Amino acid sequence: MKKFDYKDKKDTRSGFGAGLYELGKKNKNIVALCADLIGSLKMNQFVDEFPERFLQCGIAEANMIGTAAGLTIGGKIPFAGTFANFATGRVYDQIRQSVAYSGKNVKICASHAGLTLGEDGATHQIMEDIGLMKMLPGMVVINPCDYNQTKAATIAIADYVGPVYLRFGRPKVPNFTPEDQKFEIGKAILLNEGSDVTIFATGHLVWKAIEAAEILEQKGISCEIINIHTIKPLDAEAVLSSVSKTKAVVTAEEHMMNGGLGDSIAQLLSRKLPTPIEMVAVDDKFGESGKPEELLTKYGIDTDNIVSAVESVLQRK
Amino acid sequence: MSDIQNLKQIASQVRRDIVRMVHAQNSGHPGGSLGCTDFITALYFEIMDHNPINFDMDGKNQDIFFLSNGHLSALWYSVLARTGYFKLEELSTFRTLNSRLQGHPTTKEGLPGIRIASGSLGQGLSVACGAAITKKLNNDPKLVFSLHGDGELQEGQIWEAAMFAAQHKIDNLIATVDYNGKQIDGPVDEIISLGNLRAKWESFGWHVLEMNGNDIVEVVKIVNQAKTLTGNGKPIIILMKTEMGMGVDFMMGTHKWHGVAPNDAQLETALNQLKESLGDY
Repeated sequence: MKKFDYKDKKDTRSGFGAGLYELGKKNKNIVALCADLIGSLKMNQFVDEFPERFLQCGIAEANMIGTAAGLTIGGKIPFAGTFANFATGRVYDQIRQSVAYSGKNVKICASHAGLTLGEDGATHQIMEDIGLMKMLPGMVVINPCDYNQTKAATIAIADYVGPVYLRFGRPKVPNFTPEDQKFEIGKAILLNEGSDVTIFATGHLVWKAIEAAEILEQKGISCEIINIHTIKPLDAEAVLSSVSKTKAVVTAEEHMMNGGLGDSIAQLLSRKLPTPIEMVAVDDKFGESGKPEELLTKYGIDTDNIVSAVESVLQRK
Repeated sequence: MSDIQNLKQIASQVRRDIVRMVHAQNSGHPGGSLGCTDFITALYFEIMDHNPINFDMDGKNQDIFFLSNGHLSALWYSVLARTGYFKLEELSTFRTLNSRLQGHPTTKEGLPGIRIASGSLGQGLSVACGAAITKKLNNDPKLVFSLHGDGELQEGQIWEAAMFAAQHKIDNLIATVDYNGKQIDGPVDEIISLGNLRAKWESFGWHVLEMNGNDIVEVVKIVNQAKTLTGNGKPIIILMKTEMGMGVDFMMGTHKWHGVAPNDAQLETALNQLKESLGDY
């Protein structure tokens, strides 16, 4: 298989911060909001350079979302940042009515998503956010895999008119995608061509899928790897074209099985192209405190789990 | 006083529209709508500088209004139609299938005059804050107005927005509370009392005005006074005393007509009390 390499590990939230700063420089309509988490969201550079276009909202996320919706009236493009838990579940009705139903051009920027925020534990480890957001009509849901892709996605969503949920995380992960990549919303990325199985992965689990494919290659199994950075709208064409070739599917994500990427892929395939599928995702559990890597292992969403899932789906092929 | 006489006549017609719209579908919220009719009429026909023709979502260089207590939709639709945002006959589609006049106001159907969905309470003050900040960033000197129910003030988000507006010196915003003292389950004081509402807003850093929302002369005077207070570093709120069901005797003095439609006989009684001045839709 193709060789994947990286120079350094970086956090995706820093990719967001860098992208936001780039946007701030080139587009005067970009306004940033934050709910008392500037440092955690890596928004410092934007705040320092463009204080007149930054709104500190304090620990009041509901008001932040409503304010963001209001800012669009008159042409501003608000990027509202906080932890994924407080950016979704806590303010679901505000997003539903004032942003999604109202069709407002708000970018909800959610850091520390999933288990890998680590030691803070389950109160902060939301794994339902993709499901919550993709249920909202018209909401675009994006979960990039590394620093470079998060930066590119942040910049790209400013040009899209409509509500977007951008999900990223806390830990430093391999930064392997190209620095100069063009991010296309809704366009899946074929990372590696393979013939036996397709692994659809999103977010931090994309690198895990690459690691798993390398292990599986040693066992003589050829994996196609597709990075689904946009969960909604799902790139149905890319999914169907790959699956019609490999005829076996594994999905991998740092999210609850209910409502996640696997759910979206299964829904598409069950209607258009019924195919054996295994899902690497958290199965109806809250998380807990621990190191990110320990948590991925304990909750069954690590490299080894992808390897096992591929082996088991191949037996059903 | 010819202008004021004119406003009173329009308000009477708007009240007729409200009871007829709610009666037609046996559905809607007449009580609060009738209570706030004088205010919304004065706002749209006298106070705001706005452009009903070629509705512009961005509302640049015009005053804009947000109805946070979206269940007063019948009132808002009537006033929007009668100021020319859309055709009067469309009022007959209120709350029916395929209508732009949804039960609660929305942007989705593209009804001119509506800039945000409302209905789930407590969100409109935040939206108004955002729109007011955008006006400042755009060097747009016009104002943002909003209306909120008093029961709605039980929502925590209102007080998040109250702190935010004071912190960010949103002084191009004039919010108004429909202080009728009633909500669905009964008197506000018996549900969750608002206590000393004036002191609450003052302690949150707002400039507070009070008015009788059913005296259209006073409404025009106080809201214009509020306009002179803008630009002074403080958000402004008007506590507006109203009578729920105002103008229809059997709907007044009770919370029971919050979300109940009149039957045929009740409609006739109501219309007999409300002078037709501009022609029914």
